Amino acid sequence: MSTFVLLTITGLGLGAMYFLVASGLSLIYGLMGVLNFAHGAFITVGAYLAWWFGDQIGGGAGTRLVVGGALGIAGGALVAALVELVLIRPLYQRPIEQVLVTVGLALALGALVQGIWGADPKPFPVPSWMIETTTILGASVPNDRFVEIGIAAAVLVGLTAFLRYTRFGLVIRAGVENRGMVSALGIDVRRAFTIVFALGGALAALAGVLSGVYFSVVDPTRGTSLLIFAFIVVVIGGFGSIGGSAVAAVTVGLIQQYANYYASSGTGDLAVVLLLAVVLLVRPSGLAPRVAH
Amino acid sequence: MTPALSVGDLHVHLGESHVLQGISFDVPAGGVTALLGRNGVGKTTTLRALMGLVPRSRGAIALAGDDVSRLATHAVVRRGVGYVPEDRDVFAGLTVEENLRLAERSGEPRYELVHDLFPELRERAGQRAGTLSGGQQQMVAIARALLNENSLLLVDEPTKGLSPLLVTDVAAALERAAELTTILLVEQNLQVVQRIARDVVVLDAGRVVHAGPAEELLADQEHVRRLLGVHGGTR
Repeated sequence: MSTFVLLTITGLGLGAMYFLVASGLSLIYGLMGVLNFAHGAFITVGAYLAWWFGDQIGGGAGTRLVVGGALGIAGGALVAALVELVLIRPLYQRPIEQVLVTVGLALALGALVQGIWGADPKPFPVPSWMIETTTILGASVPNDRFVEIGIAAAVLVGLTAFLRYTRFGLVIRAGVENRGMVSALGIDVRRAFTIVFALGGALAALAGVLSGVYFSVVDPTRGTSLLIFAFIVVVIGGFGSIGGSAVAAVTVGLIQQYANYYASSGTGDLAVVLLLAVVLLVRPSGLAPRVAH
Repeated sequence: MTPALSVGDLHVHLGESHVLQGISFDVPAGGVTALLGRNGVGKTTTLRALMGLVPRSRGAIALAGDDVSRLATHAVVRRGVGYVPEDRDVFAGLTVEENLRLAERSGEPRYELVHDLFPELRERAGQRAGTLSGGQQQMVAIARALLNENSLLLVDEPTKGLSPLLVTDVAAALERAAELTTILLVEQNLQVVQRIARDVVVLDAGRVVHAGPAEELLADQEHVRRLLGVHGGTR
C-alpha cells in the first residue's frame, strides 16, 4: 500500500510538471496554430535563470528559490514574448517556416545555455523542509511533491478562472475556435498571440523551476526531455484544452510511475507511447479538442 | 454625397486564381445595396477582401471617403464596419451571451435593439451557441454585427439554408437594421432582394457587370435571367 501511495504522489508530481509545460503549449497551438518546438528551451532558460539569479542573490535556499524562481519565470515570459514578436509574427500563415524556426531556436538556446554555464548539472536551491518527508498511509513522501502538485493545481484553477471570467480569456477561447472571426469583431488578435506566448513561456519556466526542485539539479537537456512528454500530453488532452491537458498530464505521470515499478524499469515511457497510440486510434482529436476551457 | 463605401479597381488572387479582376462600385449611404451574381463569381471574396480577411492584391477601398485598403481586419471593424459571415461563424463553445459580449466595442452596446429584434437570444443567453439551430445561429451572427453603432454592415447570404418563416424574420430584421445603417448584402434569394434592396451590383467572373437601382433590374426578367441565371422573384 505504501509503495502504491508513494508511486501515486510521485506520479502526480511528475504530472504537475507535464501539465505546466503542456498547458502553455496547448494554448499556443490552439490559438495561434504554432507548433512551438522552442517551448522546451523556455523550460531550460527559466530553470537556469532561476538558478543563476538565486546564486547571485545568495542567502538561504528558500530565499534563493523564491526570488530566483520569480525572476526565472519573468525571464521565461520575456524570452517567449520576444520570440513571438521577432521570430514568429513575421511567419504567420507559413507553418513550415515556423517549425524550422522553433526547432532552430530550441537548438540555439540550448547551445547558448551550455555555452554560458557549461554542460554539467548545477545544484538547485531546495529548502531542507522540501527534502524532508511526510508519512502518508505508511509511505514517506518527499515534501516537494506536495509543493509541485499544489502549484500545478493552483495554476489549473487560475487559468480556468482566467479563461472563463476575463474578457481576455474570452478572446482566447474564441480565438482557439476561429481567430479570423475574432479579428472580424474588431479585436487585435495579434496582441492576444503575444500575451499567450508570454504566458506559455512563464508556465514553461515555472515547470523548469519545479523540475529543479524535483531533481535537485538543473541541466541543459531538462527542457527537451520534459517537452517530449508535454507534446504527448497535449495530443492526448486535445490542442487548446486546459482541462484536457490536466487530465492527460496526470494520466501520463501516473502510468509512467506504475509501469516503471510494477512492470519493469524503463517500461514507463513505452506505456505512455502505447497510450498515445490508443488515443490517436480511438479519439484522434484528443480528450477535449479545440475548445479552451 | 460621399458614398458609405467606395471600391476602386480591387483585385484579389487566391492561390493561382484571379478571383476579383478589378471591381469598382459605390455603396450609397443609407439603405441596402445587394451584391448579386451566380455561384462562384466572387461575392463572398469581395466581402472578405473588404474586411481584410483575404489579401487584396491591389485596389482602393474607402469608407465614407477614408482609405482603409491597407488596414488589418480589426482596424477596418473599428472604423465602423460590422460583418455577418456566410457560415455564421458563431463561437460554438461559447454561450450566446459570451458571443455577444465578445462583439462589444467602445460605446454603449445596443442590447435593447438586438433583444427587441431577436427576443429568443435573451431566453437562450446561457446556451452554448454550438447547440443552437441554424436560424438561431444566424440571429447571433446578425446580433453581433448590430450590437455596435456601425456605419456599414457587410452581410453574406443571411437566409442561406433557413426555412421560409425564418427567411421572413431575417429579412425583417435586416430591414429594421437598414433604418440605422448602410448594408451591403450578398443574397441569392431575389424575393428578399426585392423586398429590402434599393440598389444592386452584379458580379460575373470577378468583374462588375451591372450596377443600378434594384427595382430597375428586377423588373427586367430577361436581364435578370441573363445576369443571374434565374427568374426575378422566383428564388
